[in-house]
Amino acid sequence: MIQYIQEILPALLSGTKMTLSIFFWTLICSIPLGALVGLGLIQKFKPLTWLLNFYVWIMRGTPLLLQLIFVFYGLPIIHIVFQRYDAAMFAFILNYTAYFGEIFRGGFQSVPKGQFESAKVLRLSYGQTIRKIVIPQVFKIVLPSIGNEVINLVKDSSLVYVIGLGDLLRAGNVATARDVTLLPLILVGIIYLALTAVCTIVLKLIEKRENVWR
Amino acid sequence: MLEIKNLTKRFGTRTIIDDLSMTVKDNEIMAIVGPSGAGKTTLLRCITGLESVNTGEFYWKGTKFDPTNTTQKDTIIGVVFQDYQLFPNLTVLGNITLAPTMVKKEPMTDVKKYARELLSRLGLEGKENLYPYQLSGGQKQRVAIVRALAMRPKILCYDEPTSALDPALRDEVAQIILDLKQQEMTQIVVTHDMDFAKNVADEIQQVKQIQ
Ligand SMILES: Nc1ncnc2c1ncn2[C@@H]1O[C@H](COP(=O)(O)OP(=O)(O)O)[C@@H](O)[C@H]1O
Ligand SMILES: [Mg+2]
Repeated sequence: MIQYIQEILPALLSGTKMTLSIFFWTLICSIPLGALVGLGLIQKFKPLTWLLNFYVWIMRGTPLLLQLIFVFYGLPIIHIVFQRYDAAMFAFILNYTAYFGEIFRGGFQSVPKGQFESAKVLRLSYGQTIRKIVIPQVFKIVLPSIGNEVINLVKDSSLVYVIGLGDLLRAGNVATARDVTLLPLILVGIIYLALTAVCTIVLKLIEKRENVWR
Repeated sequence: MLEIKNLTKRFGTRTIIDDLSMTVKDNEIMAIVGPSGAGKTTLLRCITGLESVNTGEFYWKGTKFDPTNTTQKDTIIGVVFQDYQLFPNLTVLGNITLAPTMVKKEPMTDVKKYARELLSRLGLEGKENLYPYQLSGGQKQRVAIVRALAMRPKILCYDEPTSALDPALRDEVAQIILDLKQQEMTQIVVTHDMDFAKNVADEIQQVKQIQ
């Protein structure tokens, strides 16, 4: 058995690399973009909030799987062609930005108006206020919700399977079909568990660091 | 000397302040008193530029200025809010140094030195690295005072400085305000507490509710 594991492990690890690549790039792009969308959602300029609300509604109201299929198999019909990996990144970032945007909107709204006024009488600019006062407070408020989405993202990344990207799940599935054994799928499960465990630990550490102030 | 001429403030069709004129002399303490709902906070918010006025002009040493103009880095007015509004994510020192370093671009070492001086003057030495949640109400208020003073305002305003404190601390606040007067700070104190106003003020401005 050990020998069999050694045999399939390189394939599984290369699948893990793809999974992690989607995971990290989605987070790195979607969290800052989500913060911007959240900031946009609390502005008084109606056309902007209307547009952003519509975007969030579409992204959260339809399955990510549909969005992936739409981008990779649908858009070429109107001559917009993505490579597999780019299609996955595009769909994931668009989808997760919407979720993060909605979370950040709630976070921005829970910062008391008095904090903005306090900053204003100290002559801090809007940008300085957002960066130094609002974002740190919002970050602490949204951290648990962001954490949930991060864990979801680890698992959601397996959806790229449908557009033929060689991620972790696909690697396991291929091995199982070929060798008629459950072992690859069990290994896949263990690797996902390890990834989510690492995420949970990192999130706990960040939360602990944020707890120096209240 | 701060002069306010013909200030009128309406919310919708409701007039809160009607054609008010007043003068705050240098190094004096002006108390603005009146019952709850009379418009004291609104008047203070107009002076500090948090509300725009319908009519009225502001003069500092004879020169007209616009309190809502946030691009002016030389602050004339400093404010201590009723609920202080310290920044919870910053330490005491962080709260105080943020604006002077970011807005006025003063060097951090100078700002810190001045902050420490002010902190010890208000009996807050050793609290530099605490976060607001670790302070008592009275200490928070004094940090708010130091934070405002660090911007070197010409006039310091307070909204109901005694309302959130237990009565034993009332005299302490009065003492702080009088000490600052000794340091030649011009101050405006909004309060519904007539006794307190009489204790500290050189001049009392009544604000009445408009029917
Ligand atoms: N932003 C606002 N919009 C409408 N009405 C307001 C607003 N702020 C205050 N008011 C009204 O103005 C009046 C004076 O309020 P305020 O200045 O807070 O009184 P005070 O500080 O003397 O108790 C109150 O009747 C209040 O309801
Ligand atoms: Mg009031």
